[in-house]
Amino acid sequence: MINAKSFSLPSRILHWLMAVMILIMLFIGVFMASTAGPNYHRLVTLHRPLGIAILVLALVRLANRLRSPPPALPEEFPPIMKFGAKASHVLLYALMIAMPFVGWGMLSAGGYPIPLWGQSVLLPPILPHDPALWAALRSAHTVLAFLLFGMVLLHVGAALFHGLIREDAVLRSMTWQAKADRE
Amino acid sequence: MATKPLVPSASALRWLGVVAAPTALALGFLWAGGWLTPHRLTQTSLLDALRAVDGTHPGFRRNHAKGVCVTGWFEGNGNAAGLSMASVLQSGRVPVVGRFALAGGMPFQADAPAKVRSMALRLMPPGGQEWRMGINDIPVFPVRTPQEFQDLQLASRPDPATGKPDPARVQAFRAVHPWLQVAGAQITHRPLSSGFADDTYRSLDSFLFVGKDGTETAVRWSMVPLQPVTPADAHADDHDYLFRQLIDDLHAHSLQWRLMVTVAGNHDVIDDPSQGWAEDDRQIDAGTLTLTTVESEESGSCTGITFDPLVLPHGIAPSGDPILQARSAAYMRSFAARSGEKLPVPAITPTMTAAPGGAEGKKS
Repeated sequence: MINAKSFSLPSRILHWLMAVMILIMLFIGVFMASTAGPNYHRLVTLHRPLGIAILVLALVRLANRLRSPPPALPEEFPPIMKFGAKASHVLLYALMIAMPFVGWGMLSAGGYPIPLWGQSVLLPPILPHDPALWAALRSAHTVLAFLLFGMVLLHVGAALFHGLIREDAVLRSMTWQAKADRE
Repeated sequence: MATKPLVPSASALRWLGVVAAPTALALGFLWAGGWLTPHRLTQTSLLDALRAVDGTHPGFRRNHAKGVCVTGWFEGNGNAAGLSMASVLQSGRVPVVGRFALAGGMPFQADAPAKVRSMALRLMPPGGQEWRMGINDIPVFPVRTPQEFQDLQLASRPDPATGKPDPARVQAFRAVHPWLQVAGAQITHRPLSSGFADDTYRSLDSFLFVGKDGTETAVRWSMVPLQPVTPADAHADDHDYLFRQLIDDLHAHSLQWRLMVTVAGNHDVIDDPSQGWAEDDRQIDAGTLTLTTVESEESGSCTGITFDPLVLPHGIAPSGDPILQARSAAYMRSFAARSGEKLPVPAITPTMTAAPGGAEGKKS
């Protein structure tokens, strides 16, 4: 397994599931943070459980990643690119985990109740009620969301570069075509 | 695998493929955030419209900026418990943090009888199933949609030349919104009470009470004073007379309101806050609000929260009223903005709200 050319099946399932969830989450977020229209409340109500689900999956994914390391990058890559690839993934993991905590923390600091699903189940606050902290975290949530979205774009662009230009094994290692490689 | 060049030569079509997906995502993201549609109504455009009318006042709420904090309790009597399973509506007492304010974004405006007064409440039952509300002493809301609200604000912004709204612009707004005439007249001709204490505050927006079996009932509510109501007439020549009167009242005795829930009748329009409901609708006395203490916003417990009308307990849900959505969104935006700014000394200072005997705060 050490020299596996592909990500394990659980890794790939986690990746694609979370890819869809995170993209939906980013689009809901940027829309609901600007709209004053009829879907505002519904989207805010969806944003919270989706964020918590992403947090749980991100922690599962981190554990999975530590347990089953990803396939090695192509050997001919210069160290600087390998470093870039590694660093961008560290940042993606950090943001996947940080964003839900910042959101949860900002609502705590803002003194808002934090319904998880519908109105019946509430999450406990994780930070003290502090309006200045609420304002700072509310801004941080936006800045980090843009950073995460930027990282996603970079990630998609890089994956397509591997798949369409270099035609190496990197994109395939995360798609279903990789099966043949694993034999 | 054979060693490849780092960037092999590839057709333009393939490069297009690499660039297209991130570009499409980025454009979609910009569209979702409203950056590609500058005329879309947004949280920011709503706050900009308020600022166009009232100016920029860092640290203060963007609307209902002049206010004072109060505390007390709400005692439910269980009469509305059949319609809503909300724990605040069962019998029992829950603590309350509240706020009285004047509508408008000017934190130092002078009190006057016809200015719209508001009461905001945070009812805090154990278990965290809070009920927050911002309710006003007008019979109906002046507009039906967030867009109309924004357009009305922009129409009534002061003309830089005169410092007063341009009557022609207000007239033009009225001319293209004939359906708001009745609401406008009802607001203009409403009876005015003498102060905050003997005023009736109404939800204006509709909500849904949800019973244990899931039955939804459209309701509005009001806080009806138990204090005797006296009409507004001559008042002290004092910039803050309404607030001073409230502070004096609360220092002398507690103030009480009855929570009257109105159940929508067959002909009532649920989702349009500019339309009143029938006079003969079923009314339920759901409990009593008692307010006992008053404190300046400088240190009061109402400053660090927003009275978002969609912070609702299990058992109360939003109706389809579009104003509610815009209020919730704009309150969040206002709360985030002001919380990052330093709050200057508010119009109603801690000295003014200090208990009598602290002397210097009192105007003789």
